[in-house]
Amino acid sequence: MEFMGYRRSNGSVGTRNYVGVLATVVCANETAASIADKVDGAVSFTHQQGCCQTPVDVDRVTNTLIGLGRNPNLAAVLLVSLGCESTNVARVAEEIRASGKRVETIVVQPTGGYFRTVAEGALLVQDMVMEASQVQRTPCTAADLVLGLKCGSSDTTSGLGPNPALGFATDLTVGHGGSVVLGEVTEFIGAEHILARHAKDEAMGQKIVDLVARMEARAMSAGCDIRGGQPTGGNIKGGLTTIEEKSLGAIAKAGTAPIQAVYEYGEQPTVKGLVVMDSPGREPELLTGLASAGCNVICFTTGLGAPQGFPFVPVIKITGNERTQERLRDHIDLSVSGVIDGTETLPQAGQRIFDEMLRVANGKGTKAELSGYTRAMDIYMIGPVI
Amino acid sequence: MKRDAIMLRPEDNVATALRDLEEGSVAVVGVMEDCREVTMGQTVNYGHKFAVRDIAQGEDVLKYGEVIGRATAAIPTGTHAHVHNIESLRGRGDRKVA
Repeated sequence: MEFMGYRRSNGSVGTRNYVGVLATVVCANETAASIADKVDGAVSFTHQQGCCQTPVDVDRVTNTLIGLGRNPNLAAVLLVSLGCESTNVARVAEEIRASGKRVETIVVQPTGGYFRTVAEGALLVQDMVMEASQVQRTPCTAADLVLGLKCGSSDTTSGLGPNPALGFATDLTVGHGGSVVLGEVTEFIGAEHILARHAKDEAMGQKIVDLVARMEARAMSAGCDIRGGQPTGGNIKGGLTTIEEKSLGAIAKAGTAPIQAVYEYGEQPTVKGLVVMDSPGREPELLTGLASAGCNVICFTTGLGAPQGFPFVPVIKITGNERTQERLRDHIDLSVSGVIDGTETLPQAGQRIFDEMLRVANGKGTKAELSGYTRAMDIYMIGPVI
Repeated sequence: MKRDAIMLRPEDNVATALRDLEEGSVAVVGVMEDCREVTMGQTVNYGHKFAVRDIAQGEDVLKYGEVIGRATAAIPTGTHAHVHNIESLRGRGDRKVA
């Protein structure tokens, strides 16, 4: 169960080897994106946060940027700051650097605007990519996988085929000593009693129930029935009727391994095995949270066909809907529709997903990567914009 | 036998269509290793659910052997079971007592 990966100085393993150009605030997005566009081997992370927010969200932005910068798929990091934002840029740099990688910071206001910053930033990034390009892949094992789970544009096939098949791949990953991160807490609503039974002990089970209660209260604070938002209009068109039904299908991704810990959004697990991370179901926030948690590969099941990928973590798209598999070939990496029509068993499909994960970890491109459909990113906020 | 629809657990009262099922046709519904037949009272499209027995208004709707919502109207055997006759019991901010 081996793949060739980039082992970093802190022991974590990258399945990709990019230089990350991270905007520390929404107002630096254009500059960060332009810098990354200038140099092959660089990718940018942009988002809508980092200023005019409550302190709890400023901390959230700071911590998420730290997590993203520490992700082993990044060999080095350039932080692009405007200069007047709330994000604690010095702490972001310091804590990413503590993971053993090179971190540079460039600040737009003192540098003299967009054009000058892009030029200076591109020179820095070119040098960083040059260094990173000398890192070699070395033998790694499935124990080095940190798998993120996601389902999107779900329909009723999601809970019948790809999610339970992915559950088998989750069990295989955990069985080989790897880690798996389950998010999408909104999609635990109505199924939390089942997840709680999978917790390693009663206290951990209660933590899961409490996490769901917090998310449900937040959703209900809008004063309306969440149906239409969860399940989405698309989910309903696909045949999903209630959030309970969607959740019962969604949690099958987690397989049967015991849940070892519950984390806040974007937090990096300190234990191996299956863990839960607070997050909503929406793609940009969830994919960013998984990347911040340190995931080096993401498996994403879909019914109606979700195209989203992430800038520096490969996202493998899996469907069980035979119509989607035909129509959306440019987005779907793997089909498990045989599970639904009875020509393949769930363990067989799970094994195929696991094997594909190792190939992708080894460098095989995903459809999202190859089409550049990799810009689903934002940071999940708790409070209002002020 | 080729299945036209699937029930996840024997206690479920809805099945999921694996193809477009025409009104009046007899659907073969797989449930675990077994099959049963349901005469379609209505056309039900791929991926959508229908009742496999008469469901009364107010009754729990079961899939995966779990409650996925409550019937807001009677759902006769072989008819479409979806948002028009099933409500969610969760995330109901509209029902929240202030």
